[in-house]
Amino acid sequence: MSPGTATAGPAMGPELAADHGLSRDEWNRILEILGREPTFAELGVFSAMWSEHCSYKSSKPLLRTLPTEGEAVVQGPGENAGVVDVGGGWGLAFKIESHNHPSAVEPYQGAATGSGGILRDVFTMGARPVALFDSLRFGALDSPRSRYLLDGVVRGVGDYGNCVGIPTVGGETVFDPVYERNPLVNVMCLGLVRLDRLTRAGTGAPGNVVLTVGSRTGRDGIHGAAFASEELGEETADSRPQVQVGDPFTEKLLLEATLELIERDLVVGVQDMGAAGLTSSATEMAERAGAGIEIDTARVPVRETGMTPYEILLSESQERMLVVTEPGGEDAVREVLEKWELGSAVIGKVTDDGLFRVRHDGEVVAEIPLTPLVGEPPMVTYEAREDEAVGRLRGRDLTDAAELGSDQEARDALLALLDAPSVASKRWIWEQYDTTVGTNTVVRPGSDAAILRLAGTPRGIAASVDGNGRYVHLSPRRGAAIAVAEAARNVACSGARPLAVTNCLNFGSPRKPAVYHQLREAVAGIGEACRALGTPVTGGNVSLYNETPAGPIHPTPVIGMVGVLDDVTARVPSAFQAPGDEVVLVGTSREELGGSEYLRTVHGLVAGEPPALDLEEAAALVAFLVEAAGRGLLRSAHDVSDGGLAVALTECAILAEGGPVGVETELAGDGVSAAALLFGESQSRAALSCAPGDLEPLLELAGRRGVAAARAGRVGPRGGPIRIAAAGRTAAVDAPEAASVYDRALPRRMEHEAGLTT
Amino acid sequence: MRFGIVRFPGSNCDADCHRAVEEGLGEDAFYLWHRDRDLGGADAILLPGGFAYGDYLRAGAIARFSPIMKAVESFARAGGPVLGICNGFQILCEAGLLPGALARNAALRFLSHDVHLSVERTDTAFTGAYRRGQVLRMPLSHGEGRFVADATTLDRLEEEGRVVFRYVDAEGNATPEANPNGSLRAIAGVCNEARNVVGLMPHPDRAYAAILGSNDGLGVFRSALAATAAAAS
Repeated sequence: MSPGTATAGPAMGPELAADHGLSRDEWNRILEILGREPTFAELGVFSAMWSEHCSYKSSKPLLRTLPTEGEAVVQGPGENAGVVDVGGGWGLAFKIESHNHPSAVEPYQGAATGSGGILRDVFTMGARPVALFDSLRFGALDSPRSRYLLDGVVRGVGDYGNCVGIPTVGGETVFDPVYERNPLVNVMCLGLVRLDRLTRAGTGAPGNVVLTVGSRTGRDGIHGAAFASEELGEETADSRPQVQVGDPFTEKLLLEATLELIERDLVVGVQDMGAAGLTSSATEMAERAGAGIEIDTARVPVRETGMTPYEILLSESQERMLVVTEPGGEDAVREVLEKWELGSAVIGKVTDDGLFRVRHDGEVVAEIPLTPLVGEPPMVTYEAREDEAVGRLRGRDLTDAAELGSDQEARDALLALLDAPSVASKRWIWEQYDTTVGTNTVVRPGSDAAILRLAGTPRGIAASVDGNGRYVHLSPRRGAAIAVAEAARNVACSGARPLAVTNCLNFGSPRKPAVYHQLREAVAGIGEACRALGTPVTGGNVSLYNETPAGPIHPTPVIGMVGVLDDVTARVPSAFQAPGDEVVLVGTSREELGGSEYLRTVHGLVAGEPPALDLEEAAALVAFLVEAAGRGLLRSAHDVSDGGLAVALTECAILAEGGPVGVETELAGDGVSAAALLFGESQSRAALSCAPGDLEPLLELAGRRGVAAARAGRVGPRGGPIRIAAAGRTAAVDAPEAASVYDRALPRRMEHEAGLTT
Repeated sequence: MRFGIVRFPGSNCDADCHRAVEEGLGEDAFYLWHRDRDLGGADAILLPGGFAYGDYLRAGAIARFSPIMKAVESFARAGGPVLGICNGFQILCEAGLLPGALARNAALRFLSHDVHLSVERTDTAFTGAYRRGQVLRMPLSHGEGRFVADATTLDRLEEEGRVVFRYVDAEGNATPEANPNGSLRAIAGVCNEARNVVGLMPHPDRAYAAILGSNDGLGVFRSALAATAAAAS
């Protein structure tokens, strides 16, 4: 599309609006708001602000049902990031964001710029970023495309965080053919802010001065927000110009400069120029303050000559921010920016007329009332109807799959699961991330939750990201609730009390009734689980249109859960600590193989009813784990999820500090099959170990908390056998062999990828 | 004692060094800016890790031309203790204060995990607090950390006892598996002829307290304290 001159453009009308992704209803609404036809620049502004990416038009009515308030919540949804009070005068700012479409097209830059964007969302609140987490989905690794994407995404996430100096301390990676052409790249950032320095992204009063800061504006990423709101087609590789290029060094300068500006009280508000760039940052900041804003695009520093207002308004060049300061504060701001070698320019001012007025060299090219543009975008509700095929999958008879004919079959299934890339060690990934910069990392990747110390206090921060697209595909409401429960369980296994949630909703096209049904039900499930667990939602991100000609992805809500440890030294590791310790299993194992990794890996089936989730049981388990950790009764605690108890116990054994140890256990469950006992994924369970002397008080505490718990065996010697018996079958493997399969699964599939990108 | 920590715009382990000195060692640390022309009375200089000027060209290649590096060079030539960690090591090599160079890791990937190092020499400004042959554990985190030099230089470094740290396994053996990045002769750190300038790729600044997984790195900073006290007496 060629924008023409500063004021003119292609013939205005509903067809041009349709080319901009605006419906006929939306076009009529624009005419009504303006009382005239829009200019070309105005059409671009409406198109960007009313894109799904900026307006959340099909998800917001659903998101409004989520619980957002709680004792610890300082800032809920609607700001650059959510904030919870973690004690000692500290606020924890955190948010998750997706960069799926850019990563599908150009994995290295897509992932890198995703990291950059979420970092800016956190430091513009005045918070110093202290940790990144990534939640990734790729196709099966036997596909060269999937290996190329994994390699590029890991390098992109890694290089960006490594260069800015923010450790990536946790995450999850799942492989399934449904993600082959549409990988998911979700990145969560945690930052710490003194609560008295918390900055919100508003413009403040009329008369305040508006500056752009950071990189110059180029023609890259124009209309990226609209791109993210479309399905990926066969011709999407041609969309590379819509993918931006990251510059982590400039990001680092922006980070330091922003924090210095806030620390010295020189700014009123700051916002990243993320999706829809200058347009969204300027209009959202002014709308939050109930003010108006006027800018002149000719004053924006650009990379090339001849850029039109349309292009300048919609560019998504990276590492740029909009900064508002009080009149007379410009020089002090500029001085800080010059110290960090950053460019800046005054481009406008805050007004009192509630309008977004854009001039180009003085000439008005856009004038739009902010409230209908930003505050009241058109909302859409689509028809919701479950796909009948999914109902049939759920109802599928799994009796045959529950048969384990011999001990050899049990052993083979366990080894197959340990070798499944979704289950296996992700060391190959996180060793490419700087995990220790910042000297706050107390528990690194590879545990249930990562833990950071909170400097100057005895406290610790724990966090985990979790999602399970298979469950949500089979049963959206239950699957999404399980994602919340699992994230809470992971945080609690580390000894921390879960506090709050950020979510990233990765779905297909909401225009399809089956997808809108998934979205509606999943949001309901998240809401139910967050209420039951007392963990409100403080923000997040919605990524729709994750579809390719091959169809939609599994609906994948990803939950980022943060928690706090009153005493960081009371943290609990995931792996066994000492031979001779008692192994205790908590929770109830049921005949539940539906949706399991076992069914997928061993039987090639994505079917059945996902495990039931009793939210009271889930909350009781969390409370029990936190109390047991606080009283020092636990040597280790590990969540039971993908691969069931057999995988959980094997992980506890092979990840032991100093090398793999053995374990001897007998799994109990009345009338439950050996397969379900070993590999079923019944919810609200954990594998614990404790010193022999702590067994009695631990079981007593479980009883008092109403949590089923029983001794199930003992930790064996270094290098010893892993033997897990259940209903007449035993899965047995030597610990070093299991460790080798688990450790080699990713590297052996990726060893030929080195050097493909950058 | 006062440690001056040089901050380049892209330094990102400056705060880690600061905490290691103040929290770990209990001595004073202060920051120097890359545009400064003097060292503010520092008793020892730390060049921290990071990406000094973005390092899109070659790690440390531009930093050596910064104003502060002139002051660091005179300080070093006068015998002042100077430690370069990670990117700081790369800068010292680029500036010619240390021999050799740091090339891309043999596996061509960024690497971040704990490694074991043996202390090969205790007669430098930053290793006096260790025993010779002592095995240390600390994190490493870099994309360009493979120590390289021509054979003559390597032989001379060995002869002159200027290989300060080597990558080893937990038992202290220099096995091929223990060498994470393909460094020639498993060299993790070296010093200059006068033994007051030391550089290493792993991060003692991230191993100064047990809660971080190791406090083996603290001896590096403690050694400087002893060396400075000895020089003053």
